[in-house]
Amino acid sequence: MNKYSRQRFDVLVVGGGPAGMAAAVSASKSVARVAIVDENPNLGGQIWRGEGSDGSHSTEASSWQSRVRTAGVTLLCGKRVFHQPEDGHLLAEGPDDVIELSYRALVLATGARERFLPFPGWTLPNVTGAGGLQALVKSGLPIHGKRVVLAGTGPLLLAVAAYLRKHGAEIPLICEQTTRTRLLKFGMILLGHPRKIAQSLRLKKDIAGILFVPNSWPLAAHGEKVLEAVTISHGGRSETVECDYLACGFHLVPNVELPALLGCRLRCGYVQVDDFQQTTVEKVFCAGEPVSIGGVDLALVEGQIAGLAATGRTLEAKSLFDQRTKFRRFAHRLDQAFCLRSELRSLSSPDTLVCRCEDVPYSRLREHTGWRSAKVHTRCGMGPCQGRVCGPATQFLFKWNPDSVRPPIFPARVENLAASSLEGQSIPAVTGGLQ
Amino acid sequence: MSSEFTVKVNGTPVSVPSGATVAVAVMMAGQSCRISITGEPRGPLCGMGICFECRAIVNGIAHSRTCQVVCAPNMEVRTDE
Repeated sequence: MNKYSRQRFDVLVVGGGPAGMAAAVSASKSVARVAIVDENPNLGGQIWRGEGSDGSHSTEASSWQSRVRTAGVTLLCGKRVFHQPEDGHLLAEGPDDVIELSYRALVLATGARERFLPFPGWTLPNVTGAGGLQALVKSGLPIHGKRVVLAGTGPLLLAVAAYLRKHGAEIPLICEQTTRTRLLKFGMILLGHPRKIAQSLRLKKDIAGILFVPNSWPLAAHGEKVLEAVTISHGGRSETVECDYLACGFHLVPNVELPALLGCRLRCGYVQVDDFQQTTVEKVFCAGEPVSIGGVDLALVEGQIAGLAATGRTLEAKSLFDQRTKFRRFAHRLDQAFCLRSELRSLSSPDTLVCRCEDVPYSRLREHTGWRSAKVHTRCGMGPCQGRVCGPATQFLFKWNPDSVRPPIFPARVENLAASSLEGQSIPAVTGGLQ
Repeated sequence: MSSEFTVKVNGTPVSVPSGATVAVAVMMAGQSCRISITGEPRGPLCGMGICFECRAIVNGIAHSRTCQVVCAPNMEVRTDE
């Protein structure tokens, strides 16, 4: 059996991205035992993956890294939270151990993932997420001299294009599904956000010369066993472009599985919080993308508010409200600028797979009236990803609402589930160590 | 990611930069990770441990999400073939 241990904290933060790091640092001002649990090998979340640890990259990332270190926060990296055996207790699984974590206050900073939409050929190897390809390159994938087409929507496409090009990729084009009008409006709005302008200007230099096409989206990916080319639609015409990778991301969806499991109320798919970032469950706070897709600035402010409020520093928390309001307005604008066009609902052909885990084609899903019926009859969303990919896709394609969440929220090893139920009943001590 | 070492993907040695994930090793070997239930080859999609498309057998442990596992020298990776 895997090693089983127990650890107790004043404030436990789930998620080590910007929101989680900010929450942990702020909570550490008042209480001694603060921990971050995150399934990735290192802190930083998705946006700061591979940055800051050697001080050579984003100054903001490395500054927060060092603040976390100085604050004496316990880091539980490589541990994935998968279950709540009872109120106030979470179980996290590592490669060879299980930890039962308990807390006086909890901050959920579980981040977001990319939304993927099905189109013919999207299951071919080397068709990846946009952030997905960036994560792979950050994890060592050589991209020098490779041709990469980016497609989807949102500012992430530009950031990824800039990053890939810096690492030697050739980017023949970026397909942005939104309209030129919406983009222009968004550009005007950026003027109200000086930091955002700096970001976009920096990007502008990095992506200068890359063909950026609004009103454009992928129609089909082609290849025998691996991607060879993509056909895109733009301005009513279609064009086929050869490429080594097609990196697609249709904006972001919040990771709300854990908040939902803990009973936090959701509103329109996001975690509902009060002014102090507290969810509808007492002593459980939430910050960053699960509350609204607003990017790193909003995540940092919300994380600080949550960390301060979780430790009773309400006045200090209040002093950050104005800043948060400003960044939330930006989040709202972001949503409007990059909302998905209806043409994207009709990209699938009848045999296009929508659920990649269970290989369920579009034709079998469209007969159903809701997510539950589709799940029961086709096994859509019943595979290992538990609907994390096809759920947001079917929500857009068919306007289906997701189901309630059941534990474990990630596939966990059977012995770890068994260990948790045994341990939960038997050992009253602070730490246990069954082998 | 300066030094390099070798891992084995389906028995074939692949040289990877230190810090590389197993998913990267599989891609560098030109292999897909798994074969879907209807027989399609699949490779990494999300790159962040969500989609489970990159799972393979790593040092005998089945269903490892290879994008979340960092390579170690002499690791043995087995994908669906």
